Amino acid sequence: MTEKATTSGANRIGLTRDEMARRAALDIPDGAYVNLGIGIPEQVAGYVPEGREVIYHTENGLLGMGPSPGLGEGEPELINAGKRRVTALAGASFFHHADSFAMIRGGHIDLCVLGALQVSKHGDLANWSTGAPDAIPAVGGAMDLVAGVRTIYVITQHCTRAGEPKLVESCTYPLTGPAVVDRIYTDLAVIDVIPEGFQLVELAPGVEFSYVAERTGAELIPIRQESLGGEE
Amino acid sequence: MINKRIETTGEAVADIFDGAIVMVGGFGEAGSPIELIHALIDHGANDLTVVNNNTGSGEVGLAALIKAGRVSKMICSYPRTANSTVFPELYRSGRTALELVPQGTLAERIRAGGAGIPAFYTPTSVGTPLADGKEQRTIEGRSYVLEYGLTADFALIKCRAADHHGNLVYNKTARNFSPIMAMAAKTTIVQAADVVAPGEIDPECVVTPGIFVSLVVAVDEPAHESELVARGVSYP
Repeated sequence: MTEKATTSGANRIGLTRDEMARRAALDIPDGAYVNLGIGIPEQVAGYVPEGREVIYHTENGLLGMGPSPGLGEGEPELINAGKRRVTALAGASFFHHADSFAMIRGGHIDLCVLGALQVSKHGDLANWSTGAPDAIPAVGGAMDLVAGVRTIYVITQHCTRAGEPKLVESCTYPLTGPAVVDRIYTDLAVIDVIPEGFQLVELAPGVEFSYVAERTGAELIPIRQESLGGEE
Repeated sequence: MINKRIETTGEAVADIFDGAIVMVGGFGEAGSPIELIHALIDHGANDLTVVNNNTGSGEVGLAALIKAGRVSKMICSYPRTANSTVFPELYRSGRTALELVPQGTLAERIRAGGAGIPAFYTPTSVGTPLADGKEQRTIEGRSYVLEYGLTADFALIKCRAADHHGNLVYNKTARNFSPIMAMAAKTTIVQAADVVAPGEIDPECVVTPGIFVSLVVAVDEPAHESELVARGVSYP
């Protein structure tokens, strides 16, 4: 690795967090039931293209979740999985936790967008623990989501703050689930997990293939010629 | 005539004994039965095993119960929350044990416990450290982990309205674990903002049927955890 990815400042290469959320939002299909993880994934809802109706699920018992009510507004008992205040849209429903996870584990949720510590070339996801001995272990609903939701998208910085690749041969952190990730949106690229490994789908504007490949901890398969320019 | 109403939170929790397993409803502050938990602190029962998704925040409600040293074990999915400092301290010093359970598995274990199902197979946690040491089985080509149903001696539940039979209606995302905890506990103790006569809750709208409820106490204006924490309140 010749130089480390710049994660902030004027020399920034690649997408901002908002731009990553905006890019992922383009792939949320009309009519989908979607669960968004805490952090950057939450921002995806704000960028879904007009004309698409998406129903958001939050595992603490709400389908039809709407946007944040604004600072100081809302109700303490109308919250999302991140325990932040949200709204309920017309057509929303409330339900208890066993029903909520029946929706998840039972394959009724179409798509889930999550953050990641590491993703392996086999689609293994690690996003709940660094395995540090003094850390308080906390898993929440992540293992249920990856076990049950049909399509799993990950949004993450391509590298850690220290410049280490987060897309790796095999995860060194404890797994959330094996072979679960379908697609990864990073600040540098969109990458699919296919049986052969990491398949580049598109590069962020101004980013070269070699730059991404050097910062990926496993082989990055170039875009196949026949698919070039196919989707936008 | 059936009337499960009881006058005070203190009477409601009076039978909770040392060593009891207590399920506490709520996800974060939504649905947290703070007044019943505070009554439990006053009551003094010790060596409790508490089942809740989290471990409370600040020094009120569940966090105050933990801080008071009454909880020897927590069974939960996410013992880390903003403003949650009490549990991490006791956990690190070895004074409170932790059984970490994926959230959906926790919910299903409680549901199963209440439904008379002793164990079930789930795909959640397969291939992760949380499946270590657990019986596994392959069914139609996919691996599953055996998880056991969870029951409790008591459940502490908060709801919006209850009638004298114990039929309950909740408030928005404050419902969360409460309906299944009400099913899984031998004695379910409910605090309701409104206690009404039978017939005042439309049977089509009852969420928890009264058969799962033992005692109902009116708490007209329940406190909100975030407001208490913001004011720096510490209980007692």
